[in-house]
Amino acid sequence: MSEKGKPGSPEPWRDKSSKPYIRIEHLVKKFGEFTAVNDVSLSIYKGELFSLLGGSGCGKTTLLRMLAGLEIPTSGKIFIDDVDMATVPPYERPTNMMFQSYALFPHMTVEKNIAFGLKQDGIARSLIAERVSDILDLVQMKPYAKRKPHQLSGGQRQRVALARALVKRPKLLLLDEPLGALDKRLREQTQFELMNIQEKLGITFVVVTHDQEEAMTLSTRIGVMNAGQIVQIGTPQEIYEFPGTRMVANFIGSVNIFAGRVIEDEPDYVLLHSDEANADLYISHGIACAPGAEVWVAVRPEKIVASRTAPAETRNQLKGIIKEVAYMGNLSVYLVKLETGKIVKVTMPNQVRSSENRLTWDDHVYLSWLSTSGVVLHS
Amino acid sequence: MKRGLSLFVLICMILGFIFLYAPIIVLIIFSFNKSKLVTVWQEFSFDAYVNLVNNKQILDAVWVSLKVASLSATLAAILGTICGYVLTRFTKFRGRFLFLGLVSAPLVMPEVITGLAMLLMFIQLDGLLQNIFGIEPVGRGLVTLIIAHTTFATAYVAVVVQSRLAGFDRSLEEAAADLGARPFKVFFLITLPIIAPGIIAGWLLAFTLSLDDVVISDFTSGPGASTLPLVIFSKVRLGISPEINALATILILIVSVGIISANIIGRQREKKN
Amino acid sequence: MATAKQKNLVSFLQKIKPNGSSVTIFIPYFWLTLFFLLPFILIFFISLTQPVDFQQPPHTPIITSTENGLQLNLYFGNYQALTEDQIYILSIVNSVKIATISTLCCLLIGFPMAYGIARSPDRWRNTLLMMVILPFWTSFLIRVYAWIGILGKENGLLNGFLMWLGVIDQPLDILYSDLAVYIGIVYSYLPFMILPLYATLEKLDNTLLEAAADLGSKPTNTFFAITVPLTMPGIIAGCLLVFIPAVGEFVIPELLGDSSSPLIGQQVRSVFSYDWPMASTLAMMILLVLVVPIFIFQYLQNKQTVTK
Repeated sequence: MSEKGKPGSPEPWRDKSSKPYIRIEHLVKKFGEFTAVNDVSLSIYKGELFSLLGGSGCGKTTLLRMLAGLEIPTSGKIFIDDVDMATVPPYERPTNMMFQSYALFPHMTVEKNIAFGLKQDGIARSLIAERVSDILDLVQMKPYAKRKPHQLSGGQRQRVALARALVKRPKLLLLDEPLGALDKRLREQTQFELMNIQEKLGITFVVVTHDQEEAMTLSTRIGVMNAGQIVQIGTPQEIYEFPGTRMVANFIGSVNIFAGRVIEDEPDYVLLHSDEANADLYISHGIACAPGAEVWVAVRPEKIVASRTAPAETRNQLKGIIKEVAYMGNLSVYLVKLETGKIVKVTMPNQVRSSENRLTWDDHVYLSWLSTSGVVLHS
Repeated sequence: MKRGLSLFVLICMILGFIFLYAPIIVLIIFSFNKSKLVTVWQEFSFDAYVNLVNNKQILDAVWVSLKVASLSATLAAILGTICGYVLTRFTKFRGRFLFLGLVSAPLVMPEVITGLAMLLMFIQLDGLLQNIFGIEPVGRGLVTLIIAHTTFATAYVAVVVQSRLAGFDRSLEEAAADLGARPFKVFFLITLPIIAPGIIAGWLLAFTLSLDDVVISDFTSGPGASTLPLVIFSKVRLGISPEINALATILILIVSVGIISANIIGRQREKKN
Repeated sequence: MATAKQKNLVSFLQKIKPNGSSVTIFIPYFWLTLFFLLPFILIFFISLTQPVDFQQPPHTPIITSTENGLQLNLYFGNYQALTEDQIYILSIVNSVKIATISTLCCLLIGFPMAYGIARSPDRWRNTLLMMVILPFWTSFLIRVYAWIGILGKENGLLNGFLMWLGVIDQPLDILYSDLAVYIGIVYSYLPFMILPLYATLEKLDNTLLEAAADLGSKPTNTFFAITVPLTMPGIIAGCLLVFIPAVGEFVIPELLGDSSSPLIGQQVRSVFSYDWPMASTLAMMILLVLVVPIFIFQYLQNKQTVTK
């Protein structure tokens, strides 16, 4: 069933021969003077769980609503399974949406809410009952079938909204902040359930979220949006480890960024000097640009090691004083002030329980990281 | 409790409610008085009620009033729902400001002016219909009463429906469209059931206003179409009469029972939810 | 097929993103224009005609056709008559005075009541609110009528009560005076004042008052510095809802007032029976007085619907 699980094409986007299921071409949406979505092109493959990630007002919800047919694009095209969606109204599209507010009809029971979409298609009553019953089982809401939405908890409403959208077996399921209204604990639990259901049914999901953790956990791929444009598309790992821009690096996880100037650029390494850190930085991949070019190096805090003694490797080594320590339980966060005044964030796991010998305020430390840990950013 | 009420506020409230209710209570008590002089207590009796039931003029007027009120409330509920819908949903169209004015002006326009203006219009329209289409004049009567009542009641329905629609989650309609319902079905399966309580409340308000109206009816009604308030008004001008007290008592009783039970039902439903 | 779908799309777009041509707008627009807007334009024109006896309609035609085409006949004599005959102006002034004082009385009585209801315990609030609304739903006419029996000179309950108490030894002339009209207007319109006041007072965030108290403000100061400014929309709405209809009030002065000094609403009604143009002129004068309050009211209504 699951496309994603198929050994043949675990990552269809890497396979030149595989055909995208949803194609978005140069999509633009303007509201008066304001451009909400600015020339977005995107291919999504069958069985994917694709997340649109971005801050509020970045255009992700508008993009989702255009897929559902609730907004009419100013220009550009949307193809779902090779059918042009331009003139198809929402009630005829093979898509269903789970709304951020869930939009459960308050005057109908759970059962009736779920049956609503099937009724619109003129499906036989016995078949409707069967499919509603099946989907209630899937989302574990059978005992609540006769309740009305206001008699349900937030988590239960979320399940009903999901069931209502799934029951029509859409080619594409659109989810607008599906977990946004749930509290943190419930959110984590529901994330995995959502993934399970998606894998079980093999339906293609497009999820809009502002929560990077959620996007990282759920998605096969993430499209990071900013100011109406998609700035980077990739698997969660790609996005985290190889952010394309400073904006993406900052948005997903936390990061230390050093501005620098290229000294040597060879196919297998780059050496650059950062005035900010007053140090030479060495990255073990080439970037193909001229010496002297202005670039940035991004290093994740957990990739940096802080120690009181100088490490053997002299490259990528900085010196500083610990200014802040935050104990988080599983790890500790240190803010280290370099001699240049720049603050570097370092996180280190708390592997031993004892607090003896742990780094603390005003310790002089050496910071270092592997040559494979840094990423060069051009913008 | 948010905070204790000061003595001053408490006294104001008690006096205020006495002010609101004393006249009504006095009215009810004296409806059971035997004396012809309404305000001098003589003896308990149902004379006034017996006389009332035998008063054909009043009974006819009740019938006319009920007809006018139910018809105009229904028309006003339809028109007012559309107005409320247009005003909340269609935020930009040419003439919106004028439309808003037309919908809300009857709420505040002194009835004397509205009544006069409508009457003059009816006469003018009648003349036009007669001169141009050769239609028999409609004259003043039930039709003009219903049109007039519908017009001012529409405004009240619109306000009630509007406030109901203002709290309406638009994504419910979008969800229905997304699940395959055509616009027409969306309106009847989702929008209408959800705003129905507002429309019903609007209908009741329109019905009551029509049943209560004196001034506009006075202008726009004609012979043979005397509503209850018009009959009461003509009698009251001549002074107080026990029959009117009896009638008032019955009306107050009906309205009170209606409102209190509606309130209790509403609260119970709220509790159940 | 494609064209059918396109049609579907177009109709769907019209429903959710409608343009001005939509039929839904047209129906109520047409109705209200024909039976509300046009009548007002009509009274304006009729106020510019002369009365004619034994003719239907009993005034000179507004437009006549002559050899030179259609001709507009405007006559300003009615407005001139206003300045010559003081009685009309006096009744307008008197109406405005009575409406103003009644509105202030409503505010003075209504504010503490609305305040009290908004701050009473939850289990009481609904009942109290219902007690305010209940008289509003019972017949206006009957509630005014009730006062005749109370205020009457002979056998009036109030006079009887006061004389029994020994406060007075002669019955007071309250009925058929301005005082009775004040009582009638305040009594009838009080719910119109209380309801909008309650609506704003109920929404008033209690923590604001606590914050003011915490910052050292005394209750009286808090009331005037926080409560009153924040409930201003309710105060204005309540005052307009009382003042505007009170200016043109007809039933209350007719039943309770002094018939020798009729208010403007009564004038319109009585003049109408013999002189349509003059009645229309008086109606225009009421509108002139009320044009500013009505526009404020409309503005507030509009603001309310737009922000929603």
